[in-house]
Amino acid sequence: MTTRQFGSPVLRKEDPRLVTGNGRYLDDLGHDAWEAAFVRSPHAHARITDIDVDGAVEVEGVIAVYTHEDLDGPAGDRLPLLIPHPSIEAGRTGYALAKDEVNHVGEAIVMVVARDRYIAEDAAQRIVVSYDHLPPVVGIEKSRDGAELVHDDAPGNVAAHLLQEVGNVEAAMAKAPRTLTLDLEIERSACMPMEGKGVLAQWDSDEQRMRIHSSTQTSTGVRAAVAAKLQLPLAQVECIAPDVGGGFGVKIMHPWPEEVLVPWAARRLNHDVKWTEDRREHFTSSAHERGQLQQVTVGFDDDGRLLALDVKFWHDNGAYLPYGVIVPIITATQLLGPYKPQNYRVEFWSLYTNTVLVTPYRGAGRPQGCFAMERTMDAIAAELGIDRTEVRSRNFIQPEEMPYDQGLLFQDGRPLKYDSGDFPASLAKLKALVGWDDFTVYKEEAEAQGRKVGLGIGCYVEGTGVGPYEGGHVHVETSGRVNVATGLTTQGQGHQTILAQIVADELGVSIDDVHVTTGDTRRMPYAVGTFASRGAVMSGNAVALAARAVRAKALRIAADALEVAEEDLQIEDGTISVKGAPHASIALSTVAVMSNPLRYAFDESAKAATQFAGAFDPDKPPVADDDEPGLEGKDFYSPTQATFANGMHAAIVETDPITAEIKILRYCVIHDCGTVVNPMIVEGQVHGGVAQGVGGALYERMEYDETGQLLNASFMDFLIPYASEVPHIETDHLETPSPLNPLGVKGAGEAGTIPVSAVIASAIEDAEGFPIRSMPISPNELWDLRRHQAANPRSTNPRSSTTQESA
Amino acid sequence: MKPAPFVHHSPRTLDEAVAMLGDVGHDGKVLAGGQSLIPVLNMRLAQPAHLVDINRVAGLDTVTVSDDVVRVGATVRHASLEKNTEAYAVLPLLRQALRNVAHPAIRNRGTTVGSIAHADAAGEMPSIAVLTGAVIEVVGPAGRREVAAADFFEGPLMTVLEADELVEAVRFGRFAEGTRTAFLESARRHGDYALAGVGVAVDVEGQGGDAVVRGARAAYVSVTDVPVVVDLTEAVAGQPFSSAWDGVEDLVQAGIAPEADIHASSEYRRALAAELTRRALTTALSEVAS
Ligand SMILES: Cc1cc2nc3c(=O)[nH]c(=O)nc-3n(C[C@H](O)[C@H](O)[C@H](O)COP(=O)(O)OP(=O)(O)OC[C@H]3O[C@@H](n4cnc5c(N)ncnc54)[C@H](O)[C@@H]3O)c2cc1C
Repeated sequence: MTTRQFGSPVLRKEDPRLVTGNGRYLDDLGHDAWEAAFVRSPHAHARITDIDVDGAVEVEGVIAVYTHEDLDGPAGDRLPLLIPHPSIEAGRTGYALAKDEVNHVGEAIVMVVARDRYIAEDAAQRIVVSYDHLPPVVGIEKSRDGAELVHDDAPGNVAAHLLQEVGNVEAAMAKAPRTLTLDLEIERSACMPMEGKGVLAQWDSDEQRMRIHSSTQTSTGVRAAVAAKLQLPLAQVECIAPDVGGGFGVKIMHPWPEEVLVPWAARRLNHDVKWTEDRREHFTSSAHERGQLQQVTVGFDDDGRLLALDVKFWHDNGAYLPYGVIVPIITATQLLGPYKPQNYRVEFWSLYTNTVLVTPYRGAGRPQGCFAMERTMDAIAAELGIDRTEVRSRNFIQPEEMPYDQGLLFQDGRPLKYDSGDFPASLAKLKALVGWDDFTVYKEEAEAQGRKVGLGIGCYVEGTGVGPYEGGHVHVETSGRVNVATGLTTQGQGHQTILAQIVADELGVSIDDVHVTTGDTRRMPYAVGTFASRGAVMSGNAVALAARAVRAKALRIAADALEVAEEDLQIEDGTISVKGAPHASIALSTVAVMSNPLRYAFDESAKAATQFAGAFDPDKPPVADDDEPGLEGKDFYSPTQATFANGMHAAIVETDPITAEIKILRYCVIHDCGTVVNPMIVEGQVHGGVAQGVGGALYERMEYDETGQLLNASFMDFLIPYASEVPHIETDHLETPSPLNPLGVKGAGEAGTIPVSAVIASAIEDAEGFPIRSMPISPNELWDLRRHQAANPRSTNPRSSTTQESA
Repeated sequence: MKPAPFVHHSPRTLDEAVAMLGDVGHDGKVLAGGQSLIPVLNMRLAQPAHLVDINRVAGLDTVTVSDDVVRVGATVRHASLEKNTEAYAVLPLLRQALRNVAHPAIRNRGTTVGSIAHADAAGEMPSIAVLTGAVIEVVGPAGRREVAAADFFEGPLMTVLEADELVEAVRFGRFAEGTRTAFLESARRHGDYALAGVGVAVDVEGQGGDAVVRGARAAYVSVTDVPVVVDLTEAVAGQPFSSAWDGVEDLVQAGIAPEADIHASSEYRRALAAELTRRALTTALSEVAS
């Protein structure tokens, strides 16, 4: 019998191709395409007074040089504000090529198209842009004080302001026996996929058709945006995401200027045009995330139970707001984690700065929220002298309280209602895995040897699998090959494997016969994209539903042919047979032949479906009124709300008593993403997520100087952890299935990243004995903190010296 | 990030290379392993019109060990010098330091001589050259000359090399019998340029339990503009092997002048340099003890 694929660690179908160098990434395509390079602003804030392109036009091999003036129609209008929201007070977006003003270093001003990228860069170097300098607004504090403005018509630099409240925080806070206030800070980081962005546009002037390949997380989004910007009928535009070397969020933003400009130029020049982003462009012209200042005031009782939580935060959204306020909304809502605050008020200001855009990066606002909440939990524990896990336990939502409505609106505009999870069980597993209760002894032993070690913890809940929908199309060919298409894109997660596992089980076929296509608008024109850990939830359920439709049709045809009832049939290994009478059977491939009545026998197997082949009912049409030819099925999965995954991490760190170097000795993860489709792939996602989280906790920060220059725009100075910096990760799973979808799955993509800064801060705090309120932290910063602490023993943190603790 | 156009020259003999450099040196660069030069070209921080690629020049890829020196040719890769057992036997400091130069993939291409010619203040091998009293063999249109490592470096990325000269080899000096060495550094990530690093050569007299420390010298990475040797003898002579080496602090601090960058302040680098020196002394001596 067919072994069940769902739940087993099936090896990734895509790997043999990818690890043997046979992947086809954007720059592997379009060998004959002309290539584009850009002149980008070297200044953070300036008015453009003149652009002199004469030097460039003379360069041998240059095809065209474009500035904003050349952009006709909607291509010259501002780029769209993709996700409107009532909290947006001044939603500003940029142009594909800067018009009059630049607002961050790296903003595109001139596009050069040449025979190859070398020539394009030679020419770009000869273009002279003159500027009048404007005062740069860099950093949240400078933006917040509002003395200088990024956009003249965005007063106070406020892009958006939102307040949400559940209960009555003021009253509850006033009555709370104890309160604490924490000032917190999280620095900017970025997705940094190994492959940057890239676009290839091919204009077919005979057919008036545009084919776009983009290294994107949403090919349907790019397709629609390009059709609108170029005023082409949607039917004449197709977009394909080839192999994509990582996204992590930056490629869900769209249309990037280049996604408009490259197709625009290809049509205008009637020639293939390509642009491949280089690393320096990626640093200054794509997007960053994370940067926030936060202030948390919490009221609690003597047992550490939350009574009121009042959070204000200031979110740096960079120069423009094309992706709206998704990131701060997620921070505001997901901050609550597995806890019941009783009364909660959250207010944020999303602020403009003269820095590159801020759009979602794996975790998307959650790491910041988790940091705020978990630092608060540790502060309460320290204040009361209670074990940190005990304070958390006392505030957990209990399993019997599920579904639990936090009373807020989530990023999809739907209720923040947790569907499942067993937080006490997860915590018990985590404590056992890391040896929480034995740590005191270990720590004492280490201290006796002059070593400093600390144990940290962080818990999170992650809304995953947000709508609106995703689709699945399943088609069984007469050879028995099963083609599966879904519209969301893949960036290496293993979609080809897990979707094949699901379809193989639903249809009763071998996984080797199942072939999955993602992110190709020719195969599935309706789709949303890959973000919010939604691949398995959305496309997983969509292909399951589509496969079920195919299965039903196959059984109907087979029941007819075998003259038995459908309920008596089973499908195994691609063969439909009568339960208990396996010799009465018919191959699924034969059913595929029979499903499509033919006039022409193009091969041997097709003969069976031709008009003179056998008996048919002369009173019925070959294809019934409510039927279609072929063994295929299509369905869409559209949930009423997100499903909520959760997890808890713990780490043991060691800090060098003299040099303050920080080493992670152990890293433990308990993870609940509902029913697991492929444990190996989930584990891989967790590992990758933790690795990125370690980057955010200990290494990565965007070093903008006060003039808005990014000082570390290379992998030499922007420190991504190497394999040597990523600890061994110990994982254990808890499966609490989601009641919301047929497969019971919850998302897993971002989970690993979310709590890492909180966990490492918690562990360093435990090792050092003073609060850590700002992340990431470097050895030098820890060394400074120690000196500051030695000089001011009561203070909490030099960078947040306003923290007050009241009894 | 594509380089500006350049002409690539690939001489097969040293004479050819020298002649080519004589012709184009004023607007050209020597290309060795390319691990420093190629990024500079790609970022268009330099746009030389000519590259004189020495990778195919015969005879430059050898390591020769003799009584008092280890001679390393211009195209010897960091990795091959690191793995050279003969060199390790007579001058273990080379391998001790080379292990800290970048990552294996970069050491497979980058040359030790190239890193000395490049003279990055964060490079390990310029400091090792100075600590070992190395001699730099320079050749140019005017002929050959030899420069002591101590006189070779003029500032960060600056040396006494003329535009039309190239380094044919570096002769690292062997230490006197009984010298023990160690190299330690602290980098943000494994294999990165160090925040601070130190190589020490400790002069030990006697064997086993009778051994005594006579003196020590140290050379630093990333905390001085040009590599310098700091003589620690005054603070270490006569100290027991188990010393905490607190006496070296003032000498170290007087000898270095670290600058701040985005990765570390000068104060932190000072503290690191001193602590690394103490640990390096202990490490060097722990080998003699065992
Ligand atoms: C990611 C990364 C990390 C690195 N980390 C470190 C590190 O931790 N420590 C470290 O020391 N180095 C590090 N390096 C640099 C590496 O060691 C280089 O290989 C070395 O500095 C230069 O050697 P090369 O052979 O690659 O020289 P090239 O890049 O070819 O040349 C460098 C310069 O030296 C000149 N030059 C080279 N050879 C000669 C010669 N024989 N005569 C005259 N001029 C010459 C060239 O003209 C050029 O100006 C790193 C490099 C990378 C890419």
